[in-house]
Amino acid sequence: MKNFSELISAIEITNKTNAKIDALVNYFKVAPEKDKLWLISIFTGKRPPRPVKSNLMKQWAFEITKLPEWLFLESYSTVGDLGETIALILPDPTHKIDKPLHVWMRELIALKPKSEEEKKEYVLNAWAGLEMQERLIFNKLIGGSFRIGVSKKTLVNALSKLSGIDANQLMHSIIGNWDINKISFEDLINGSHINYDNSKPYPFFLAYALEKELPELGQPEEWQVEYKWDGIRGQIVKRNNEIYIWSRGEELVTEQFPEIVENISKLENDFVIDGEILALKDSAVLLFNDLQKRLNRKNITKKMLEEIPVGFYVYDLLEWNGEDYREKPLEERRRTLEQLLAKPFVSEQLKLSEVIQFKKWESLIDLRENARSINSEGLMLKQKKSGYHVGRKKGDWWKWKVDPLTIDAVMIYAQKGSGRRSSKYTDYTFAVKKGDGLVTVAKAYSGLTDVEITEISRWVNKNAIEKFGPVRTVKAELVFEIAFEGIAYSKRHKSGVALRFPRIKRWRKDKPVSEIDTIESVTALIEAQ
Amino acid sequence: MKFIKFTKKGIYCIPGKFYLDPWLPVDHAIISHGHADHSRSGNKHYFCHDDSKAILKHRLGADISIESMGYNQTRIINNVSVSFYPAGHVIGSVQIRLEYKGEVVVFTGDYKTQPDFITDPFESVKCHTFITESTFGLPIYNWKTELQLQEQLQNWVLQNQANNKTSVFLGYSLGKSQRIMSLIDGIDKVYVHTAINNLNNAISSSGIALPETTLLKQDFDKKDIQNKIIIMPPGLLGSRLLKRVPNAAVAICSGWMQIRGNRRWKAVDAGFAVSDHADWNGLLSAVKASEAEKVYVTHGSQATFSKYLNEIGIAAEELITDYGDEQLASEEKKDNSTANV
Repeated sequence: MKNFSELISAIEITNKTNAKIDALVNYFKVAPEKDKLWLISIFTGKRPPRPVKSNLMKQWAFEITKLPEWLFLESYSTVGDLGETIALILPDPTHKIDKPLHVWMRELIALKPKSEEEKKEYVLNAWAGLEMQERLIFNKLIGGSFRIGVSKKTLVNALSKLSGIDANQLMHSIIGNWDINKISFEDLINGSHINYDNSKPYPFFLAYALEKELPELGQPEEWQVEYKWDGIRGQIVKRNNEIYIWSRGEELVTEQFPEIVENISKLENDFVIDGEILALKDSAVLLFNDLQKRLNRKNITKKMLEEIPVGFYVYDLLEWNGEDYREKPLEERRRTLEQLLAKPFVSEQLKLSEVIQFKKWESLIDLRENARSINSEGLMLKQKKSGYHVGRKKGDWWKWKVDPLTIDAVMIYAQKGSGRRSSKYTDYTFAVKKGDGLVTVAKAYSGLTDVEITEISRWVNKNAIEKFGPVRTVKAELVFEIAFEGIAYSKRHKSGVALRFPRIKRWRKDKPVSEIDTIESVTALIEAQ
Repeated sequence: MKFIKFTKKGIYCIPGKFYLDPWLPVDHAIISHGHADHSRSGNKHYFCHDDSKAILKHRLGADISIESMGYNQTRIINNVSVSFYPAGHVIGSVQIRLEYKGEVVVFTGDYKTQPDFITDPFESVKCHTFITESTFGLPIYNWKTELQLQEQLQNWVLQNQANNKTSVFLGYSLGKSQRIMSLIDGIDKVYVHTAINNLNNAISSSGIALPETTLLKQDFDKKDIQNKIIIMPPGLLGSRLLKRVPNAAVAICSGWMQIRGNRRWKAVDAGFAVSDHADWNGLLSAVKASEAEKVYVTHGSQATFSKYLNEIGIAAEELITDYGDEQLASEEKKDNSTANV
């Protein structure tokens, strides 16, 4: 496992994607054939079911170390990862086991049906035969995420660098159906098991934020205006009765959205369309937070499908029956789309993005201001003569987002992050004034620099009220400006309000706690919408 | 323990009328070692080990009033006998033993039980009251041996050289830098930052031999240092000086690097768990060897470590001090600003 262990060490230490890619390429150059296939399998989520429950592993670690549970949990909350905590507290190895990755995987698959006693014997022997880093990897091979920042995209970029094969084709190859026991590494990356012609996507065209006054854009009738939706930008490819959904990050996400595939399959013709994957229920767009609950799941339950149905709003047409449409003007592409999505195929879950009718630029101002009320994040302005360009390009398409709402709130709880952030307090809970006390209004974790996070973590260490456990109650002293996309009444929240997408805008070192918002001033924002 | 009191200014010896590593200015301070959180400026009089004297003068000013003594000596101050025992933390670091009317108190300052190549190794001292640090007081902290670390660091440098890279180690001027120097000694030329060079000179002036190093000049020639080894203070991470180093591979050496999240947080090229503090088993063995009736636990995991000691039958209490807050942070920042030329 030495190669694999070195690869993980090289990847985890850097946050530069190129360095990760280079480490992967080096690994692919030297690793045994079967190990390479397992690596691809593991990092694309194709993993065998967990053979040993994590709770058992924890119990066995207590038995070996004779540490009290509270001390183990204290260690766990410092490390932030169970597999790593176990790897760190175990005594030094007594012997040396050196097996390649694929042998470990084969053994772990065989371990699944065995008795608890046999499992224990196997795991304890492995722990006693591996160094710390290898032990950690072994624990991760049993189950759990590596959390080292390798996405499918990173993986295919490495394979592409290694082989010279197009990255999107490789994405299709590794996502496609293949059996680790029946395919060679060469065949897998050459895509012998797929037909890339059926899935090949186009690069996305991305808009810049509007940076001029509306009248400077020209005449209103030269522009197509739509709502900007806050879901996942997606491209659907339908060719020869095969359907593929690509995300903007050029990952294949087809299997996550079975209801979109079903709706698309009812349509005739071959085409490639651009649009937005959205949680849609009762003809309304749900919050991104809801959509998020549907993402990256291994199994999508029936309950999930009913609670958070996912649909697709179509923005554009890139290919029509084999013909590349990208250079045709937007208005023509739109006309063809209207044919495609004419009745009886159009439904609330699959429909064209509505074009906003307007005569004067001024009338857009109110529409944008009120976009939040329908969970839209603003407007998109597209020049009717524009082609569908590659990448980010200024001039033809603009996004015009609503300004976020903001409040000043005080931090009352801090919790450590995960992965790269597991050593610092990065997740905070904020409160505003309510009478003489405080009431929680939001939890947020992004938007600060590493330097600020380090400073706050040090402050939390000094000012925490509890001494044990993962969550620290802190003195209500640090004030932050919290930005959010929307606000609504909520019975589920103690404060009576729910913020949409709260995030830290900045640390208000200049503001004392006495000047933070009150629950009344926060609630007033709902009325003002 | 009747003759020691914990005050706002620091740990006070009542009959002796002196303080141990006080964090606010006092008349008489006995100092365990030269790190900024243990030897602060503003005291009227300092007393420390011979090997720390030059370091303190270098850091706090040549005009401070300071006296020192060696290991096997005793000084009676107001009927309290004071003696020093090696703490194995950094050069000049000691545990301070106080005896008054047959009652013995040992204050460890910071310490490390595992021997290294450069500091006097830790010695256990029996006492009634043991005041211990707890920087790494969790069972997840277990250090590799000095020989294993030596192999790890040297392999990293050799690998960098094979990839045409310059190895840069980040370590505090006092302690970590000399430790790194001793671990990589002999493989290639080692350049050190001004702050480290100045400290090395102070240490050498006390007659202590250090591995050979060369001063890294502000206007260094890139050709000279390509593929060589550089040691600089951690405050210089992200500095212009570091950016000018050709093909730099940067490593942090610190006990915190034991945890993956910490290694990844800094976004450097390598993190080695090289610590000047005792690991979990080191702390436990020191406490047990002291045979103390009462243990006071200072900076670090004081709540956890004292709770655990009580559970295994050793009476312990946590003690809130002002030590251990990103030691030397202010000093290293100063180094940084002068380096950004």
